[in-house]
Amino acid sequence: MAGEPAEATPDAIVETRDLRKSFGSNEILKGIDFAVRPGQVVSVIGASGSGKSTFLRCVNLLEWPSSGQVLYHGEDVLARGYDVNRFRARLGMVFQQFNLFNNLNVLDNCVIGQVRAAGRSKPEARRRALEFLAKVGMDPYVDAKPAQLSGGQKQRVAIARALSMGPEALLFDEPTSALDPEMVGEVLAVMGELAASGLTMVIVTHEMAFARDVSDRVAFMDGGVIAEEGPAAQIFAEPAKARTREFLARFHAG
Amino acid sequence: MTTALLAAAEAGGRNFWEWVAHVVQDYWPWLLKGVGVTMFLALTGTLVGVALGLGVGVVRTIPSDKHSAGPVRRVVLKAVNILLAIYVEVFRGTPMMVQAMVVYFGLGMAFQIRLDVVTAGLLVVSINTGAYMAEIVRGGIQSIDRGQFEAAKAVGMNHWDTMRGVILPQAIRNILPATGNEFVINIKDTSVLMVIGTSELFFQGKTIDGILYQTFPVYLLVAAIYLVLTFTTTRLLRLLERHLEGPANFTLATSSTTPESILMAGGENYGRRTR
Ligand SMILES: Nc1ncnc2c1ncn2[C@@H]1O[C@H](COP(=O)(O)OP(=O)(O)OP(=O)(O)O)[C@@H](O)[C@H]1O
Ligand SMILES: [Mg+2]
Repeated sequence: MAGEPAEATPDAIVETRDLRKSFGSNEILKGIDFAVRPGQVVSVIGASGSGKSTFLRCVNLLEWPSSGQVLYHGEDVLARGYDVNRFRARLGMVFQQFNLFNNLNVLDNCVIGQVRAAGRSKPEARRRALEFLAKVGMDPYVDAKPAQLSGGQKQRVAIARALSMGPEALLFDEPTSALDPEMVGEVLAVMGELAASGLTMVIVTHEMAFARDVSDRVAFMDGGVIAEEGPAAQIFAEPAKARTREFLARFHAG
Repeated sequence: MTTALLAAAEAGGRNFWEWVAHVVQDYWPWLLKGVGVTMFLALTGTLVGVALGLGVGVVRTIPSDKHSAGPVRRVVLKAVNILLAIYVEVFRGTPMMVQAMVVYFGLGMAFQIRLDVVTAGLLVVSINTGAYMAEIVRGGIQSIDRGQFEAAKAVGMNHWDTMRGVILPQAIRNILPATGNEFVINIKDTSVLMVIGTSELFFQGKTIDGILYQTFPVYLLVAAIYLVLTFTTTRLLRLLERHLEGPANFTLATSSTTPESILMAGGENYGRRTR
């Protein structure tokens, strides 16, 4: 897969080409070609350490790729002088550890980015924040500080914060992995609704049933490459690669 | 000297406590002035020092990796960082008493600038505190969870907005005890400014002693005043810290707190970014 020039994916929102990332001499991503189109829900699955988080973090440049390209509507965001902050504001990110701003209440968590990065007026930002907090069922908690919320509530606020920006796509890095089991459902329910509403999503997850049910496509990562990618139904029902079968079998067993 | 002391004591015909009472009665305006100057220097010096320390701390955490900054900017940042590091090392690594002499007499010699002694003292305390605060602020910023920076980056916020809106409010709360500590230290350490003749509390005590030759009663009184100042300040700071921790509860928004009321509410003041 590396070496041969990848075809441009028509109307992809974000696309990576031969994306590589090394930490020191340790190459973690070994050439990833990936694209997500408007309205698609793509799940990224794979064993722990296969590079899923690193890949997602390279897409919105929380990690800087060592080589390769990240294209936003065909524009190279790694080019010198490219407005990286503007690009990031167009892609939402939901973290495993929520990362709500600890000094701000729920409402202001959803307002600050809109005002500071998207240049919206405060009343407009508040209106949008309330709209999306209502969507995730967290509007009664506008005055609460993050420390006063449960994990599931925090993650729903984090989703509302990302949605308030009005992003073209939302990236999720194991959004339910840090949650107590009884809170996983409320977050997956919100994500399921978002997927159904046509939001573009890239979801790194270990929730296989969820990935099967909501995704259009599934990418299986193994050792720093996408070993197999295809429609969700096909990947789960009849994976083409032996590695994919092994990984999924371990999941069904465990 | 000893005979002089005895003579003075006998001439006055007072015992120890009578001397203390005498100093309080006849010299309280001097001592009060000393307290005023000491507290002014300690408070203002700490505040200016905190501002300096915040500035230095923020500048030293500006990302200077290849992707965040162009080549010119990186060179400038590097140079500025070296200068700031020298500032911090020099002022943490030399006694404030020596700094006072160098600043007060040095400025006079080199630039014919004749500062009055209180201004010179304020300058020294501020710069000295700034050097200590710079390290405290840096530690405060580094102690903030990386996830806070990443979440701010992920919504597209720049370094300055991230610092102002997310990181510094948390860092300042974390370093509040250390800042209060600097203030209390400054109440005591401004006493070294008597070497340039700043009329702070210790200097005033020294002057009174020079008149009365009653070293023990005078300095015991001065010590007691310092203790009252530091003790009171420590308690007040503790109250302030508790106050800033804020309410432990929040109210659930109900029908009485409609979206409209939230939209109208003040809340955090971000100010719009001007481009
Ligand atoms: N900042 C870093 N410095 C050095 N090595 C790193 C860094 N970040 C990740 N790695 C390494 O990269 C490899 C892939 O990590 P990554 O977090 O991307 O895996 P993952 O697929 O998300 O795993 P998990 O399912 O456990 O989250 C790991 O071996 C990890 O130790
Ligand atoms: Mg991961």
